[in-house]
Amino acid sequence: MRILAIIRQVLNAEESVRIKDGAVDFANATLVIDPMDEYGMEQALRMREAAEGIEVVALAVGPARCEAALRSALAMGADRAILVEADAPLDPIAMSSVVAQVAKAESVELIFCGGQQADWDSQALGAATAERLGWPQATWTNALSLDGTQLVGKHDVDSGSETFTVALPAVVTTQQGLNDPRYLTLPNIMKAKRKELRREALDSFNVKPKLKFLGAEVQVRARLRTMIEGKDAPAAAEQLVDLLRNQARVIS
Amino acid sequence: MILIVAEHIGGKLSKSAYELTEAARQLKREGPVTLIVLGNQVAAAATAAAALGDQVLVADMPALSEYDAEQWSAAVAQIAREGEANTILIAGSRSGREYSPRVAVKLDAPLIEDAISLHDAGAALQAEHYTFLSRVTERVEAEGPVVVVTVKPGSFAPAKPNTEPSEQYDVALELPQRRLTVTGQMKEKMERVSLTEADIVVSGGRGVGSAEGFAQLVEGLANQLGAAVGATRAVVDAGWRPYSEQVGQTGKTVQPKVYFAIGISGAVQHLSGMGKSKLIVAINKDADAPIFRETDYGVVGDVQQIVPAILRELQKAP
Repeated sequence: MRILAIIRQVLNAEESVRIKDGAVDFANATLVIDPMDEYGMEQALRMREAAEGIEVVALAVGPARCEAALRSALAMGADRAILVEADAPLDPIAMSSVVAQVAKAESVELIFCGGQQADWDSQALGAATAERLGWPQATWTNALSLDGTQLVGKHDVDSGSETFTVALPAVVTTQQGLNDPRYLTLPNIMKAKRKELRREALDSFNVKPKLKFLGAEVQVRARLRTMIEGKDAPAAAEQLVDLLRNQARVIS
Repeated sequence: MILIVAEHIGGKLSKSAYELTEAARQLKREGPVTLIVLGNQVAAAATAAAALGDQVLVADMPALSEYDAEQWSAAVAQIAREGEANTILIAGSRSGREYSPRVAVKLDAPLIEDAISLHDAGAALQAEHYTFLSRVTERVEAEGPVVVVTVKPGSFAPAKPNTEPSEQYDVALELPQRRLTVTGQMKEKMERVSLTEADIVVSGGRGVGSAEGFAQLVEGLANQLGAAVGATRAVVDAGWRPYSEQVGQTGKTVQPKVYFAIGISGAVQHLSGMGKSKLIVAINKDADAPIFRETDYGVVGDVQQIVPAILRELQKAP
């Protein structure tokens, strides 16, 4: 069986976002694998370690710089990687077409995708890919195992959470709690440099963006930043409650 | 027509149905504002929907008794095709955001996710939504015979019901088999105040010390204020609180009138879930905690001392 893990390269969450010419500026920013995608990669590796005959392929669709994220995925343990080079940004619905085409060409039976991407804040890629392939999906999965040709897991829904089973092939979107992704070790980082990373051109996929990007800005809400020294707790509490009642007027 | 998928629970229309109706009324798209009610024995919800839309389409069938992404997307796409919908508005709930991409693919339509504002731009639709862990406000434009939109909860005021109810029409649907088999359900405790709709949210982080500390300080203050309770990922991971209370990137997004952050350092993933709150109050012993950069009123001190003092202060008459 072959598992495809989608790898997206995003800004490190700890860094501040800079805007240049109406778009987020990636120059000199620290870029990392989307932490959501690490859960999927880790889960794919654990499945491979628990059964015979599983190959794990990492896929990125994006600019050439995404190679770094794929090398990290290879260092985690992916068998090989595919980079579909796309210089112009694609929205999730458009990108799902590329992912689905790769999944078909590679005869993949299981796809992992992050539950919500840290750049798009989107939850669409996994579901849209599943639709294109005619597969079922399990989203926001936080426990998963493979039982023959069936997945058994747990995921979050509107009203709480539920346990489920679903037959392969399927798309699974991941979230925290699924596992603790492994750390990269130096030997594995070295080994990853020699693993196969195949580049493909976006042209061959016949995909156009569905959404037009108009602009981006960082809207910072001006905060009052009134600080109260709390060594004297009763006095601090009195001051805070007074501010809430009489300045902000948010409590009675 | 403009299609609105009206969510409902326990026979009641969800708040999102009213907000989506308001969004549809503000947009001047061609055709009637049409609410769809999907489910089993949904007469009460359909009646409520009839007070909102220009017409209501009701798919009331046993097969729809439980939500399923493949069935919901098939139903919505089928109705959209037959009614030649130009706009489909779906709540930005977990389920709405799960099946809406399938609707977009079925209709070869663009998808705008989690819109906070919507504007007509000729034949196109423009929207704002948050990206980069809610730190960036992005503007996008979608054009096509039909556009699928999910709307972030709380982004539009709830629509006022019409005085005259509109017509309800039953629709027959061809539904696919559900393939994801649900083997068990763990329902969230229905809180007195819903976390995502509450005017005041009191949240706790690791700084409250323990599950007992959380109950005493965070729940104590929430009860006093009639507020909903929230938690950080660290608190949920530690098992002190249920996942349903988590606020942040992977939990819930809240934008209450007042957000109390108790013993919360302010990781960016947490800030992305509450940074749009109108007023933020933080109590933390570390003056350098990142939360204080996003704070209106900050108290630097020991939460074990400060919170009980606040409770005593609140109990005094104003």
